[in-house]
Amino acid sequence: MSGATTPSTGAGAPSEPAQGERSWPLWEVFVRGKRGLSHVHVGSLHAPDAELALRNARDVYTRRQEGVSIWVVKADDVTASSPSEKDSFFDPAGDKIYRHPTFYDVPEDVEYL
Amino acid sequence: MYGNDVIDPNEPLNAAETADYDAAAEHDDQRDGRDAVGDDFDALLAADQRIEPRDAMPDDYRETLIRQIAQHAHSEIIGMQPEGNWITRAPSLRRKAILIAKVQDEAGHGLYLYSAAETLGIDRQELLERLHDGKQKYSSIFNYPTLTWADCGAIGWLVDGAAIMNQVPLCRCSYGPYARAMVRVCKEESFHQRQGFEILWNLMRGTESQKAMAQDAADRWWWPALAMFGPPDTGEAAKGGHTEQSMAWGIKRFSNDDLRQKFVDMMVPQAEKLGIVLPDPELRWNDERGHWDFGEIDWDEFWQVLRGDGPCNAERIEHRRRAHDEGAWVREAANAYAAKQATREREQQQQKESAA
Repeated sequence: MSGATTPSTGAGAPSEPAQGERSWPLWEVFVRGKRGLSHVHVGSLHAPDAELALRNARDVYTRRQEGVSIWVVKADDVTASSPSEKDSFFDPAGDKIYRHPTFYDVPEDVEYL
Repeated sequence: MYGNDVIDPNEPLNAAETADYDAAAEHDDQRDGRDAVGDDFDALLAADQRIEPRDAMPDDYRETLIRQIAQHAHSEIIGMQPEGNWITRAPSLRRKAILIAKVQDEAGHGLYLYSAAETLGIDRQELLERLHDGKQKYSSIFNYPTLTWADCGAIGWLVDGAAIMNQVPLCRCSYGPYARAMVRVCKEESFHQRQGFEILWNLMRGTESQKAMAQDAADRWWWPALAMFGPPDTGEAAKGGHTEQSMAWGIKRFSNDDLRQKFVDMMVPQAEKLGIVLPDPELRWNDERGHWDFGEIDWDEFWQVLRGDGPCNAERIEHRRRAHDEGAWVREAANAYAAKQATREREQQQQKESAA
């Protein structure tokens, strides 16, 4: 089983593989705490495939009934905005304070506004 | 491990929950961190903002965190052994189920922490190798043996109690992933400490020999638990240590001595309630200081155990390596299965494409 023992995907492996065993790909875990709430990122774990990632996520992150639904996403499949471009990336919203309700001057004695 | 939003912040944490913890939880709730603070490392620290994985940070900060988080993670998984030792001999099915759950929690804590360390750009496999090769350490406390059932009680009450005292301030650590992992860990530790107290509580209301067993366990674990906070780091002793730098970086929030004093102050009344006599003739209330005075810790023993000459150092690492090696076939099987599934999916995809 020589060929079969290598991980199915090297996508999550770091650029410099640790000697000996290679780490499994990294999966990001999202849990829906209860009905009516969004899935929220709770952490990550290593697993050889999605099925085991899901099972391990259940054992690691929902041992105390913290969830009713879990998503696992391969960390490499997440595209993130870059911290160094944070300013230029989010700047466009900076001068549009008229998008907030508090921007508007209205008489104080108007109800339900 | 970057998130803790699933945890209800209004639920009480544990006995060590204090204003410090509340401050940490409040910190997590703040939504206005984007205001007025630059992305510069020092500016973020000065504003008590969290550093996140992809932010620029000094190499020393990164290295210090990797070392500390790794040692912490190693302590969690080595910490599975002393109590794991009693799973097959737990006195009842109830105790056995509890002990298994607790040991499983320790494995989970190790995983949260290794994940936090990995966000700093190190591979978990590399960290495990450093543990197995003795290049990185774990908490000395786990190099003491669990001789009787009462030791499981003493570990939960004293060792987990000390761990909580150490860990609650880490919920406010400047590095986001570490802080968030600690919120989760602290939450789970409260069950550990309470179950330990309950074991001793039951023994202390049992037969004479059961009481003696509980007292003996407390006698053996008290001093090592006090040493868990690390060597003195206030006054003269602070010079040349890591504490000052770690405090400046917001990794550490209290000195070792402060945390140790808080721990003693918390445990003395609990010991009285249990009817256990803490093995320190110098323990007495100091009205002037408003704290309990306590005797001198044997730091020679601490350094000796840390260097590797404790009762169980060799056994712990040997066991850890064996468990890792004996689990190799499980990891290989998982790899083989994943590879087979991937091949099958690829073939089905190709068939679909050629059929279309």
